[in-house]
Amino acid sequence: MEQVYLDHAATTPVRPDVLNCMIPYFTNGFGNASSVYRLGREARKALDQARTTVAEILGAEFNEIIFTGSGSESDNLAIKGYALKNRAKGNHIITSSIEHQAVLDSMKWLEKQGFEVTYLPVNELGLVRVEDFQSAIKEDTILVSIMHANNEVGTIQPIAEIGKIAREHGIAMHTDAVQSVGSLPVNVNELNVDMLSLSAHKFYGPKGVGALYVRSGIRLDPLIHGGGQERNRRAGTENVALCVGLAKALEFAEAEREQINPRIEKLRNKLIDGIMTIPHVRLNGCREKRLPNNVNVCFEFIEGESLLLNLDMKGIAASSGSACTSGSLEPSHVLLAMGLSHEIAHGSLRLTLGKDTTEAEIDYVLEQLPPIVQRLREMSPLYNG
Amino acid sequence: MYSDKVMDHFQNPRNVGEIENADGVGEEGNARCGDIMKLWIKVENNRIVDCKFKTFGCGAAIATSSVLTELVIGKTIEEAEEISNQHVVDALDGLPPLKLHCSNLAADALKKAIADYRARQQQVS
Repeated sequence: MEQVYLDHAATTPVRPDVLNCMIPYFTNGFGNASSVYRLGREARKALDQARTTVAEILGAEFNEIIFTGSGSESDNLAIKGYALKNRAKGNHIITSSIEHQAVLDSMKWLEKQGFEVTYLPVNELGLVRVEDFQSAIKEDTILVSIMHANNEVGTIQPIAEIGKIAREHGIAMHTDAVQSVGSLPVNVNELNVDMLSLSAHKFYGPKGVGALYVRSGIRLDPLIHGGGQERNRRAGTENVALCVGLAKALEFAEAEREQINPRIEKLRNKLIDGIMTIPHVRLNGCREKRLPNNVNVCFEFIEGESLLLNLDMKGIAASSGSACTSGSLEPSHVLLAMGLSHEIAHGSLRLTLGKDTTEAEIDYVLEQLPPIVQRLREMSPLYNG
Repeated sequence: MYSDKVMDHFQNPRNVGEIENADGVGEEGNARCGDIMKLWIKVENNRIVDCKFKTFGCGAAIATSSVLTELVIGKTIEEAEEISNQHVVDALDGLPPLKLHCSNLAADALKKAIADYRARQQQVS
């Protein structure tokens, strides 16, 4: 096979029907949505429509949706924007140890500004325990940020329960739903959240655009100051084409989710079951509370990057939480937080399926993977097979 | 990110395996960091006549191990001792900056193998 793309958690291609909806706003419909003349009004209309679509799908109001430049920006705006604006209310923030870097690094930055941050542990399946959240709450806790579904191991967190408790304590609740929107049903009221981040390129929309849901009444300091766009919360001329693309992609994902998920989940289970027949392999994360497209495993005695390079030679695109692929010296902070040893965490492999993944592709991976693992093990001084 | 030479050595690693009755064995790195290299040398008349390796690690770790075995075979012990991590990098037409430190252990493993060889020689004599 020429190319088997199994890294949909990293990014997805733009759907052709989404692209077609976007193109007019790059060319003839190029107007600035703030202009008074017809071109501007048409751009504004498209932008409004996109915002309405996103709001309806999330169970939110029109004014509660802010378009941003990425999921990372949404996380930054929610966390830093809320903390800075509401500092008078308290100084303490709670998050988990398995968040995306956009959340963790925002927290680290806030710590430098004098905020106190509690990083909740997770259990061996990668789940935050609601009790841990409850006991971490302090008098001055103002914000909690827990991701909806983890980007590495796909574990789905008990957001609705945490959100309910947060609300009872007057704590604002943010969730990074970048991995779940488009894949799971996401309704801000059912999840009991006050802020929610999403990113278009995870569900067949364009890169460079995200959104942040901010419940009415929640106040934020903007990160980008300027022309008053997005109700003074995110300055910069709106990229109408990208916002239209985000909304269209979300609309399609929502319409097709119930058809696609059972098929993907079946293929995903076939892939997991096939991989688990290889000796010395462990499945990371929770088998049930898991994104339908996520596989994450660790192969003992081998290192993730050499596994990825070998898979790439066979045309298979995947990712790993090994140190060598993270650009740091440490393997995945998620796997370490789940209690895995460094040795094991270096040998992780993430395969994430997409809506167009076929059974033939899964069969191909199951045919190619075992000999690669065996070959690398035979080269490994740790393996005595 | 990797040079053609790195990819060549990664895809077709030379001299993989162990040497039975090796004259010197050296190991460098640790699994915590994600790189371990083990090297076996066979020495005849003060000359390294064979060298094999096993490596747990990334593409760079495997490629540096492989190219080192090529650099070493045929050299005298004294010549082999002169091989540095930089020689290994040069022989691969360079490595990405992040890999220079953690994945470039081959020359260090060789030094340990030579030290092991010398220690064994002293025991014999």
